[in-house]
Amino acid sequence: MSLPCAPTLKTELLEVSIGPQHPSTHGVFRMNAVLDGETVVKLKPVMGYLHRNHEQIAETLPYLANMPYTDRLDYICSMTNNFAYALAVEKLAGIDVPERAQYLRVMMAELTRLVNHSLLIGFLLNDLGAWFTPVFYAFREREKILDFFEAVSGSRMMCNYFRFGGVKADLPESALDQVRRIVRDYPRFLDEFERLLAGNEILKSRCQRVGILPKELAVNASITGPMLRASGVNYDIRKADRYSIYDRFDFRVPLGMTGDVYDRYYVRVLEMRESVKILEQVLKQMPEKGDILSAKGLQACRAPRMWKPPAGDAYGRIESPKGELGFYLVSDGSPKPYRYHVRPPSFINLTVLEDLCIGQKIADAVIILGSIDIVLGEVDR
Amino acid sequence: MFGWGVLKGMLVTLWNFLLTYLWPKKGIFTVQYPEKKLPLAQRYRNFPFLVYDGTPHMIRCVACKICESECPPKCIYIIPEKDAEGRVQKKPAVFDIDYAICMNCGLCEEVCPFDSIFMDHEYEISKYNRAEDLMVRKEALLKPWEYFAKIRPHDFERIEAKRAAKSAKAKPVAPAEKPSQKPDAGPTSPQQGSVPKNG
Repeated sequence: MSLPCAPTLKTELLEVSIGPQHPSTHGVFRMNAVLDGETVVKLKPVMGYLHRNHEQIAETLPYLANMPYTDRLDYICSMTNNFAYALAVEKLAGIDVPERAQYLRVMMAELTRLVNHSLLIGFLLNDLGAWFTPVFYAFREREKILDFFEAVSGSRMMCNYFRFGGVKADLPESALDQVRRIVRDYPRFLDEFERLLAGNEILKSRCQRVGILPKELAVNASITGPMLRASGVNYDIRKADRYSIYDRFDFRVPLGMTGDVYDRYYVRVLEMRESVKILEQVLKQMPEKGDILSAKGLQACRAPRMWKPPAGDAYGRIESPKGELGFYLVSDGSPKPYRYHVRPPSFINLTVLEDLCIGQKIADAVIILGSIDIVLGEVDR
Repeated sequence: MFGWGVLKGMLVTLWNFLLTYLWPKKGIFTVQYPEKKLPLAQRYRNFPFLVYDGTPHMIRCVACKICESECPPKCIYIIPEKDAEGRVQKKPAVFDIDYAICMNCGLCEEVCPFDSIFMDHEYEISKYNRAEDLMVRKEALLKPWEYFAKIRPHDFERIEAKRAAKSAKAKPVAPAEKPSQKPDAGPTSPQQGSVPKNG
C-alpha cells in the first residue's frame, strides 16, 4: 500500500549517529548509520572513545607490573586476560608451571567463561526488549562466581591473580566448596535460563535469520570465538592449540548452523554447559597439594623491576570467552618489553559489523552488535 | 502452539517471584547495602595502608622505595627522613599515596620485603575533593599491626611466623636483604632533591 502522494514525495537517506552515549552500545561505542527508511544502507563504527594507550604504557613498565593493566582490557573477564599474558611471558622466558597451578588456571578461565557468557546473554536479551529480567538472573549467578574470585584473588573483577610460572596465591580453605557449589548449581540455572527465553517465539522471530555471518566471510575476516563457531566453523583454540592442560579434559565444541544472532546466542548457552563439564573434571583431577609458583616464576615475581627475560619474541594465545586473545611480546633483554601488542578478539570481531548490518532494520543493528559481544575496554585499549 | 514458549518463560519469572515470598533465603539475593553489609573475604584488597608496631612512631617502613618504583601507576611518593647531619634514616619523612591514581593491584604488598605495607579493607572512602582528600598522607595511612590481625588473621599468622623465624636468625638474614635495597638507592636518590615539591 502506498500513499497517493508517495511518487511525488522527495526522499533521501538519513544519517543517524548512535552512541557514544547510548544504552545499547555496551560502552562508549559509536555507529554512524545511513538509513533508507528503517533499513541500514551503510554503517560505520567509530572507535577510540576509550583509548587508554594500553600498549604504550606496557612498554614503559616491567613485565609483571603490566599484569594489573591487562585486567582492564576486557574488564568482565580479567582472569583470561591474565592467562594469555602470563602464557606469552612464560613462552618468552621458558618458565614452567606447576601441576596444581595449571588446574587453578583452567578453573579460573572456565569460571570466567561462565561469567562472560551469562552476562552477555543477559545483555543481549536486554537489547531485545526482555527488560532486565534475564540480566538480573545472570547477575545473580555471576555474583557467586565473583564472590569466589574475591575470596581467592582479593578482587571481584580486577583479579590480577596470575603470575609468570603459576598463580598468586593458593585457594583459601573453603573456596573449593564454593566452586563445587557453583558447579553443582550452574546447570540448574542454565536450564532455567533456557526455559525462560530459548523457546520464546518473539525472541526467535527477532533473532533467527538476522545478521547472518557466512562461513567464508567469518574465516576471511579472522573472526574467532563463539561467533566463528556459530557460523559452523569448528575452530576452538582449546582444541586446536591445546595450551596449558586442555588436552586432559573431555569436552565438545558446540557449533551453529546458520550463523545468525540466535545461533550466536545458543552456542554460548551450550558452551557454558561444556565449561561446567570441564570444571567438574578439574575438581576431580586437581592435586590436593602442590606448588603454585615455579622457582623460575618466583624469580620473576619477587623483584619485577630487575627481572630480565632473554631477547626474543613470543606470542601467547588463549581461547578467551570472546575469541582468540593473544599477546605478542618482543624483548630486547631489558626489564621492559621492547614491543607489546594485544590481539583483542572483540575488536577484530567488530570489523564485520557493517557486513552483518547492511540490509537489516536499524532495530536489528542493535542486537547484532549485542551478539558480537564487545567490551569497549578491549576494543579501544 | 504459538505462544507456548512465551508462557513457559513467564512461568519461570512467576516462580522466581513466588520464591521471594515462599523461601526468602533462596529467592532474595539483594543486600540492602547501607543497612546491611556483606562480610568481606580476608584477601579482599582495596587501598594500601602502612603498619606500625605499638605506637605510631614505630613505623615499620624503612623508606627503601621498592614499592614506589614497583607501583605500576606510580601513586606512591616517599622521602626518607634525614637527621641533623643530613644522613638518610631508615624511616619515611613523607609517605603519600594518591588514592585517585592507585588501582588496587596489590603489587606493593607483594614486593615489600619488610611487611610494612598492606591492602586495606576500608571501602567507604568517598570524598568531596579529589586533589586534597584523596592524596593520603603518612599520618592517615598508619594503622596498628593489631588492625591487620583483625582484618586478615590468616595472613597475620603466616607473616608473624615468618618474622619470628627471621628474628631468630637475624644476623644471617640481614645481609641478604641488602642487595635488594641497594639498587633502588641509585636511580631514586635524585628525587630526594625534590623535597619542596612533595613536602
